[in-house]
Amino acid sequence: MAEAHPVGFQWVMEAKLRGTKVFHVDPRFTRTSALADTYLPIRAGTDIALLGGVVRYILENELDFREYVLAYTNAATIVSEEFVDAEDGDGIFSGFDPETGAYDQTSWQYAGQEGHSGSMDTTSERDTAAGLRHESHGAPIPGQVLRDASLQHPRCVYQILKRHYARYTPEMVERVCGIPQEKFLELARAWTENSGRERTGALVYSVGWTQHSVGVQYIRTGAIIQTLLGNMGRPGGGIMALRGHASIQGSTDIPTLFNLLPGYLPMPQHDKHRTFDEWTASIHHPGQKGFWANARAYCASLLKAYWGDAATPENDFCYGYMPRMTGDHGTYQQVLNMIDGKVKGYFLLGQNPAVGSAHGRAQRLGMANLDWLVVRDLFMIESATFWRNGPEVESGEIVPEQCRTEVFFLPAASHVEKEGTFTQTQRLLQWREKALDPPGDARSELWFFYHLGRKLREKLAGSDKPRDRALLDLAWDYPTHGPLAEPSGEAVLREINGFEVATGRPLGGFTEAKDDGSTAMGCWIYSGVYADGVNQANRRKPRHEQNWVAGEWGWAWPANRRTLYNRASADPDGRPWSERKKYIWWDEQKGEWTGYDVPDFEKTKPPSYRPEPGTSGPAGIAGDDPFVMQADGKAWLYAPSGVVDGPLPTHYEPVESPMRNPLYQQQANPARKMYPHPINSVNPSPPEGQWRVFPYVFTVSRLTEHHTAGGMSRMVRPLAELQPEMFVEVSPELAAEVGLTHLGWAHLVSGRAVIEAKVLVTDRLTPLRVEGRIIHQVWLPYHFGFEGMVTGDSANDLFGIVLDPNVLIQESKVGTCDIRPGRRPTGVALREMVEDYRRRAGIGPERHDPVVTPPDSGAPDAS
Amino acid sequence: MGIRTFIEGWPVYRQLTGTDPLGRGAAAQSARSAELTARTETADSMARSVCPYCAVGCGQRVYVKDGQVTQIEGDWDSPISRGRLCPKGAASKSLVNSPLRQTKVRYRRPYATEWEDLDLDVALDMIADRVLAARDETWEDVDAEGRPLNRTLGISSLGGATLDNEENYLIKKLFTAMGALQIENQARI
Ligand code: SF4
Repeated sequence: MAEAHPVGFQWVMEAKLRGTKVFHVDPRFTRTSALADTYLPIRAGTDIALLGGVVRYILENELDFREYVLAYTNAATIVSEEFVDAEDGDGIFSGFDPETGAYDQTSWQYAGQEGHSGSMDTTSERDTAAGLRHESHGAPIPGQVLRDASLQHPRCVYQILKRHYARYTPEMVERVCGIPQEKFLELARAWTENSGRERTGALVYSVGWTQHSVGVQYIRTGAIIQTLLGNMGRPGGGIMALRGHASIQGSTDIPTLFNLLPGYLPMPQHDKHRTFDEWTASIHHPGQKGFWANARAYCASLLKAYWGDAATPENDFCYGYMPRMTGDHGTYQQVLNMIDGKVKGYFLLGQNPAVGSAHGRAQRLGMANLDWLVVRDLFMIESATFWRNGPEVESGEIVPEQCRTEVFFLPAASHVEKEGTFTQTQRLLQWREKALDPPGDARSELWFFYHLGRKLREKLAGSDKPRDRALLDLAWDYPTHGPLAEPSGEAVLREINGFEVATGRPLGGFTEAKDDGSTAMGCWIYSGVYADGVNQANRRKPRHEQNWVAGEWGWAWPANRRTLYNRASADPDGRPWSERKKYIWWDEQKGEWTGYDVPDFEKTKPPSYRPEPGTSGPAGIAGDDPFVMQADGKAWLYAPSGVVDGPLPTHYEPVESPMRNPLYQQQANPARKMYPHPINSVNPSPPEGQWRVFPYVFTVSRLTEHHTAGGMSRMVRPLAELQPEMFVEVSPELAAEVGLTHLGWAHLVSGRAVIEAKVLVTDRLTPLRVEGRIIHQVWLPYHFGFEGMVTGDSANDLFGIVLDPNVLIQESKVGTCDIRPGRRPTGVALREMVEDYRRRAGIGPERHDPVVTPPDSGAPDAS
Repeated sequence: MGIRTFIEGWPVYRQLTGTDPLGRGAAAQSARSAELTARTETADSMARSVCPYCAVGCGQRVYVKDGQVTQIEGDWDSPISRGRLCPKGAASKSLVNSPLRQTKVRYRRPYATEWEDLDLDVALDMIADRVLAARDETWEDVDAEGRPLNRTLGISSLGGATLDNEENYLIKKLFTAMGALQIENQARI
């Protein structure tokens, strides 16, 4: 955090000054470790084993915040007797189909609800990254469940959890993660001692956590701990996801993602969502409790915002115009399709996949096989010049005279040359005023897409083809201003907020959305950002003039709540858990919820409110159910649906690992998303003996002075000067083993690529003792490429393509490689070197990465 | 120069007698620095903005003079950043004024070895034609069982996360109406 989110880290330091204990877990000692009380070096890719160890520590010692857990979580809920845990299935839960590599979730359901599996089949959920939908709300399940408040029932969630993590002992944590038991216990003690009625503990993770084949389950494990300890919805608690780039949060809320529509509504699927009714009915479960039950109004209002007057209740709001998914249309599938010649044109909008995405060579070869490519950026990035300067030109794989891709480079406006909102990591929308016009031909994306849409509609005017109706009927009349005819960002924000169609009155919030066509709302979770016709995201009341929650700076979704589920900061009767940790409480006199933040609860619903059995929607949420976006109002320790690779997080080895999974026969996540394709490959792992060809673990992350793929930092003089060179950090022990010298060169080889880097020998990297072996890890920054003021080989070239099954994010934080002294070969010899490694590792068309781990061959894993 | 002015010119005298006993402010100021004005004071305008790098969302004040960004400072009113910027945020002025900034449309013909210039309006028109052609070539009306698809898989897009919400909104709206499903963002990566 001190490295990649430095100004955010000032608050950790403030907390430390007030006595907070700070623990830092990372494969590499960083500036954060230097400032933490305790640093725990970890073997990359083993976080579930560490956190699972904490879950076990809490449960074995009964250190959970019992009142909170009983009232606010699903700990007491009884699970189907058909459920078989991964502990009893050697690493695989019930319902697994080895043919498809996917789970049927029927047996994971709550008791009595087996027929109600909220899931579609998980193969298609995986292909469409359905897990992402749950960023704003839980998975659908019926509202009524069986509970055992004594927590003794053998099939209640609490007991299942206890059995599941029983083997995640301090010894096991040491064996898997390489963290000494005393250090682990220090962490577990501090975390539990600093949670409860009087105290709260916070968990902070960054983008790297998501870049694993089990990324979602990492975060789930963190959520289980924070829920057991009563740290959710309370001040000083929670889980802070540090997003990596200015508006990453915004890019999922108002997604430019294939599988989502604004506000986490799903993109329609061809077989399950043939009609508007099928689509909306699939989104929420009949009888579901909570605010998500109003999804139909959000859907109708979105289509009304898209197609304006043309969208009517009679024509299902033009639902028939919507394109339909048939499977995985994600960025990695797209790139493989480019290589296979299936994609004609590609837009790159401030993104540099030639450096920033996994398997850079596949990215570049894909772009070299298009009809046309549009790159919109501030700078000439690698993705615009791969056809003349890329490593494949050097290796002879791309010959400019034979590369047919037509490239348009359009300069973009910078953040000060346009107005608009970012949504920052804390769900906070902040409006940026425009300081000046962009130079020359530079334009905003708002300009480019508004005018592109205008041109497309002009060219199609008079068309009678049915396919063109969606474009011609589109509501696309935004006011423009100034000599550049820049569309008004505020007008777009107003549409996102939503308005009453008849009067144009901006809506005050999503509760005003209607399903009869009388409201238009571009993104329901953002509704309220333009309440009363005021740009709430542009509020800048100085921090000294408001309370510490600072609710009048910008605007947070939903409804300007700064801490989600903050009803949980009060006890079931609505009183603060303690005076110290007071945040939101029930005011008996006034008959309403009050406190420092906007209550995340119906304002006048008393704690004593109990719905009639069978009541659905918000009215089905009891006065003591704080998790109002969940279908049962509870925080989920166990997820009966919504997570496609298991209802509980389980330790699997990274897909490329030099270690056998110490916990299960199953080596890697059996439900991971794999891409068998001639260009893609996975380095072998145990029990396959050829793992020895790639004996070292590598991980990548950021430098303070650079940013992601370097397009905004290698082109900027002060930043380029601060970190001018690609390098690799290795421990003194590994340097001695391989013969690397400090400030000399090394090259790293995987089954995909070979790259070179300057060597930095440092004890920031610790050789880890696991299972009686020494595991060496090396670290690389991933910012470098072949353009800009400073250049170097790209670390992401080393990775293959394998994804987390819930959200289709690639495993690009851990892989295996070989490392050798000296510079890499160049030209044709470079590919020959990779081919030689592939031959020795048995990588080729005949090798299939096993979904289910085959029985050990008897060959010893340990060298 | 009178003797009094001479003595008052000594920083140590000012430190001992003035309002700055620690000698970190007025007492240490030289005649030259007293004459300097901050770029923030002489700017023609100031815009309230936000850092474009990481997601912490530090507040920025962007000062402009004669059509140029002359200074970008941390916004001390911000409850998030309290006026601070890290090395990246502090380099924002060098980002927007970088000599490597591209300001002209560039065009590479198929099989060409060099860039050429192209007019922005022409480029927009050519891109619109290519979008429509790719769409026509790869359009899918229905699946094998006659269920609607309304789409093209012939067009892809990958966006970064310095795009504004308003921009993402228009992009998604237009691509959806075009039937172009394959739209992705750094948020996936
Ligand atoms: S100044 Fe630094 S910490 Fe603040 S938003 Fe920018 S990059 Fe992030």
